Amino acid sequence: MRSIAFWYFVDMGVTHYDEMRDAKGALREHYRAFADWLEATPPRRISEKRREADLLFHRVGITFAVYGDQAGAERLIPFDTIPRIIPKAEWDALAKGLTQRVKALNRFLHDIYHTREILKAGAIPADQVLTHPAYQVAMLGLDLPFGVYSNISGIDLVRHNDGKWYVLEDNLRTPSGVSYMIENRRMMMRLFPELFSRQHVHPVDHYPVLLLNTLRSIAPANARDPTVVVHTPGPFNSAYFEHAFLAQQMGIELVEGSDLHVKDGYAYMKTTAGRQRVDVIYRRVDDIFLDPLAFRADSLLGVPGLLSVYRAGRVALANGIGTGVGDDKSIYPYVPDMIRFYLGEEPLLGNVPTWQCRKPKDLAYVLEHLPELVVKEVQGSGGYGMLVGPAASKREIEQFRTRLQAAPADYIAQPTLSLSTCPTFVGKTGVASRHVDLRPFVLSGREVNIVPGGLTRVALKEGSLVVNSSQGGGTKDTWVVD
Amino acid sequence: MLSRVADRIFWMSRHVERAENMARVLGVTSNLVLYGSKETQEQSLLAPLSSTGLADAYFARHRKLDLSTLIRFFALDERNPFSIYSLLKQARENAHEVRWQITSEMWETLNTTWLELRNARPGRVTGAGANDFFEWVKARSHLFRGVTYGTILRSEAYNFSRLGTFLERADNTVRILDTKYYILLPRVEDIGGALDYYQWSALLRSVSSYETYRALYRDQIVPIRVAELLILERRMPRSLAACFEQIVLAMDRIQGQHDHAAKRLAAEISARLTYSDIEEIFETGVHEYVDACLADINELTLRIQRAYLGVV
Repeated sequence: MRSIAFWYFVDMGVTHYDEMRDAKGALREHYRAFADWLEATPPRRISEKRREADLLFHRVGITFAVYGDQAGAERLIPFDTIPRIIPKAEWDALAKGLTQRVKALNRFLHDIYHTREILKAGAIPADQVLTHPAYQVAMLGLDLPFGVYSNISGIDLVRHNDGKWYVLEDNLRTPSGVSYMIENRRMMMRLFPELFSRQHVHPVDHYPVLLLNTLRSIAPANARDPTVVVHTPGPFNSAYFEHAFLAQQMGIELVEGSDLHVKDGYAYMKTTAGRQRVDVIYRRVDDIFLDPLAFRADSLLGVPGLLSVYRAGRVALANGIGTGVGDDKSIYPYVPDMIRFYLGEEPLLGNVPTWQCRKPKDLAYVLEHLPELVVKEVQGSGGYGMLVGPAASKREIEQFRTRLQAAPADYIAQPTLSLSTCPTFVGKTGVASRHVDLRPFVLSGREVNIVPGGLTRVALKEGSLVVNSSQGGGTKDTWVVD
Repeated sequence: MLSRVADRIFWMSRHVERAENMARVLGVTSNLVLYGSKETQEQSLLAPLSSTGLADAYFARHRKLDLSTLIRFFALDERNPFSIYSLLKQARENAHEVRWQITSEMWETLNTTWLELRNARPGRVTGAGANDFFEWVKARSHLFRGVTYGTILRSEAYNFSRLGTFLERADNTVRILDTKYYILLPRVEDIGGALDYYQWSALLRSVSSYETYRALYRDQIVPIRVAELLILERRMPRSLAACFEQIVLAMDRIQGQHDHAAKRLAAEISARLTYSDIEEIFETGVHEYVDACLADINELTLRIQRAYLGVV
């Protein structure tokens, strides 16, 4: 999960939007059925069920950092049994905004590998795109099915204390977490079936079917009954569980680089009955490891020659190569402009206001307001090289100021957001407010599909806004209800 | 099925079976050392080292050859690739990689076995605890085989698991026979000569066949009958003939493309075992016969790897 670690906002006496209750403490209507149930159910039964959930997750093996230590012990991402509920009307508006955003991002990716209209128009500085480390010259002039580069997109959303949704980050490379969305729902239905008879919760279980349809829709034209595989870096990858889970749910092979090879212009996998042609690869391997002949020569995860087959249109990759230009923090501020540029529409989903320190005016503002802002490294991943103004000491701020002034183009700054909260079980029987975000998954192929819901991550520590799974973050089931 | 997946399932099953057989070999060695004279004691201790080719590795680290050092070397030594520890660890790692192609019960059995073994203290496996430990290893292997048989879909995963189990068992039965001749009859012309009742009964027990021998022959233990039981007796589940019956069955079910050479060899070995006569084998020499079997099994493994497992 490339992006989860960006969650360092500070919780400092600001007000939060609560998903369950309004500012006066009154229950929001879409939570009523659940709240009635919660009140009528003895706390002992709920805590028993929570223990049962832990056991079940262990048995099924829904774990992360699967192999981590030689201990063979695997860690669970804590699962909270209070769902995060979204009314259908609100979801529909979100889904529209997500579809619009992902369409524009795909148009952008197509454009920058073709005629570069948006750069010619000056809407985005050309050097920011063309010198971007994720920009792949190998993709120049290549036409992808339906012009779609990011077939599977995970868009991270947060709700601010104005009650509005904001996009925090786009994930267009190999976003993960969808297996938790599905397993969390199955777990809730198994533990509390009575909840689902009280109100209609829109299903998410058909995600693997939609995913397989999406992948089949981008198969080369001459593949009549296309063979689709999931390509994993292997059991040592922290998302291996998800790769295996999705392959199993779609009923297709889970392959590693060594299972695939290129011969006579096609991609094949080695099976006990000889070699078999592969038409679509849902790859969960990063661009630079995909083909040692084209990218990193020391990659053992990839398939030599795969890029040439891809460029010849004889195998499809999902996601396409070179999508990383569209999803990092230096390009993020331009997404609203992309929507206007390509679609001629106003963005339905807002960005978090962002100051680009490469611009002198923005830099001046940021330097003046360091104690209030969150400053992030553009290329950074995982919270290194980041300043959380309100939580930093004077000395830390001054040290950061020096670094920022030395290379302003490497940084952006954002106001400290106030994430919305959702009631969450704490301790044995207590319930308290904890911060949440939401990652819906957008599938793009012949058509665009979004299952109603996504992965809700929750910061389990009081006041914490870190929903990262390795730092005390958990997950919740996400309900879209009528 | 992906060749890599078949390979992991094949070796997962082989490693479990090999760990069980290692426990059997150590059990019989312990008994032989208890009953034997000083001279045969040392031969008994050397036997597991020579049959695995690990004598050099052992003496590089240990000056003395005694029972408890030998058992530690073959039970818990992580640096010994043939130790029960290493074998069950590899079995678990193979299973981990294909846990979505096997049943959760199979995975849980191997994972639990590994977790328990990892916590075993060296003191547990030597002295009075040794037999309990060997019995535990055997029981975990029985459990794994039973769980596999009882839960997995009859498809290629099942076929390759069975293939691995019985190929390994055949290999081990041959090695046990080989070891026994190595101890007792270092020269070929001595075959059929003097024998030690305890040694033969220990050998029969190591393949769970002491009672079987009694039931089938109602006789005192003589080498030719022991050899017949271990090589040709189809009703004895650890005999070569029984193992190859299962190997051929598994291979018949596997849908291959370039596997003619492998299937032919398996069928040939099986046919030879079906129509062999133990008196003839004794005339030409059991040791030679056993050596030829070992060579056949190695060749068959190579052909299986080439035909199915992606080894070039």
